[in-house]
Amino acid sequence: MSALTTTGSAPRRAGRLLPRGSGLSACAALVLLVIGLSALVGPLVIAADPLHIDPVNRLKLPSAAFWFGTDAMGRDVFARVVYGARTSLLVGLASAALSLVLGTLIGLLAGYFRLLDGIVMRVMDGIMAIPSIVLAVALVAVTGANLGTVLLAIVLPDFPRVVRLVRGVILGLRQEAYVEAAVSLATPTWRILLRHMLPNTLAPLIVQGSFLVASAVLTEAVLSFLGVGLPPEVPSWGNVIAEGRTYFQIRPGLIFFPGLFLALTVLNINLIGDALRDALDPKLATRR
Amino acid sequence: MLGYLARRVAMTLPVMGVVALIVFALLHLAPGDPASIMAGDAASPAELAEIRARLGLDAPLAVQFVTWLGQILQGNLGLSLHSHKPVAEMIGSRLGPTFSLAVATVTVSLLVAIPMGVYAAWRRGRLSDRLVMAVAVLGFSTPVFVVGYGLIYLLSLKAGWFPVQGFTALTTDPVRFLRTATLPTLTLSTVYIALVARITRSSVLEVLGEDFVRTARAKGVPEARIVLRHALRNAAVPIVTVVGSGAAFLIGGVVVTESVFNIPGLGRLVVESVLARDYPLIQSLILLLSLVYILINLAVDVLYTVFDPRIRY
Repeated sequence: MSALTTTGSAPRRAGRLLPRGSGLSACAALVLLVIGLSALVGPLVIAADPLHIDPVNRLKLPSAAFWFGTDAMGRDVFARVVYGARTSLLVGLASAALSLVLGTLIGLLAGYFRLLDGIVMRVMDGIMAIPSIVLAVALVAVTGANLGTVLLAIVLPDFPRVVRLVRGVILGLRQEAYVEAAVSLATPTWRILLRHMLPNTLAPLIVQGSFLVASAVLTEAVLSFLGVGLPPEVPSWGNVIAEGRTYFQIRPGLIFFPGLFLALTVLNINLIGDALRDALDPKLATRR
Repeated sequence: MLGYLARRVAMTLPVMGVVALIVFALLHLAPGDPASIMAGDAASPAELAEIRARLGLDAPLAVQFVTWLGQILQGNLGLSLHSHKPVAEMIGSRLGPTFSLAVATVTVSLLVAIPMGVYAAWRRGRLSDRLVMAVAVLGFSTPVFVVGYGLIYLLSLKAGWFPVQGFTALTTDPVRFLRTATLPTLTLSTVYIALVARITRSSVLEVLGEDFVRTARAKGVPEARIVLRHALRNAAVPIVTVVGSGAAFLIGGVVVTESVFNIPGLGRLVVESVLARDYPLIQSLILLLSLVYILINLAVDVLYTVFDPRIRY
């Protein structure tokens, strides 16, 4: 019980979202596929330029020409949302991948080598004790906003949760007979770690990874929304929403259209994550 | 119990130490020299040297860290680079709105989420259960600012029930406080309600499957009493845990919500200090918010013994 000092990751994994077999994960996958595809090929298909400033067509309502209307500079909001999907999903996937790789590496070492464990986990506890949005905002402030620092700002608060997960699995595995057998056969340590232990972390990592993507997409949007994310001219969902704030009262669509895509993406990634948890790891699945 | 408490408090010290180290490192790992960051681009070499000497930046990093930590521990948080006011004073003037918002949010969330979760568990698998859980997923996945602007659009702009932005302190005018605090509280509550409702449902469900519940049913204990007395009470520990760890979302949410509703609290101060690159202020705010988070989770650990007398330390 007392190990719960500074936890912060549990809630995203707590409890099932929806009853099993509701066909929901199929729907979620479909919606994600559509969003992903539009991010991938949308910019090739649509003619509108998300950066094209058109003072004549400022703040237009949605119409056949501008599906989601135009913003204060006359830019096509639909184009900005589609291009924004590219940025937001890219940042989400890249930072989740980075967190997974970094966290797995450190988790493997911390779980296997007793000497490292104490120090590494104290540092991880310290990082996790800083509320992640606050840490991310401060990091970007210090280093200046660009793609690299935004990724860093998302990865640094997130990767300790991966470390803790992997370390926990490894700690449990060290007692297993087949690991002891491998050790007694003088198997090189790297081989024990990579061949015998790493595969066991895969299922929980895939599950954790999906929640990491969802939280990274959200964090990027929050950073941009607060004005400390990617440079404002880059169309990301957070930036589009941030620019819409000024004219929200007369053109709520400036916030609601990108907001809808953002919410749909996060919602469906979370749903998939839950489905993955049930499918891959019965031990992780919380009781119904 | 006292011994446990002392051990538990002692355990937070290394964590706080690491937090302080990270916060200290933030400024010193940044590209460029802290003096030039603080002085701005237009500073002359003489000014830079003066700042460096004044802040002790010529000393080794370890010495600087100890000096800095010593000052913080004595309550000397330094001066804001921007307003030149004491950081402690600036933070103090912003505590009120954030504190009242946080208390209101936790209260509202628990009052809504626990009945929601218990009801969903009781009606397990039925339409009402699915609806409750669907609302919880939605609340969890919708970004805080989208919720905030959605509420503003519906309840302020369309219905006209609440002001769009601003904040009045409870002590200044209780009625205006209610009018200005309702939407931010609802906004902040969505994530919390989702978290607590889900954990309540799953923990109550787990307890409802236990043998002693079957025994209680067999001897004719009324269903309401089973759910509320037997199940909910035993589900208290996971619920309290989520309330504690969810505090991180609450703190992050405060930063966003106060920006959406233009509330002069700590969350907005975080954004303001970051945009102004006011490093002493940023450092103090991170330290403070982390301390709050650590203390909340300390309180949660202690609360376990209250809710579950079987837990003894």
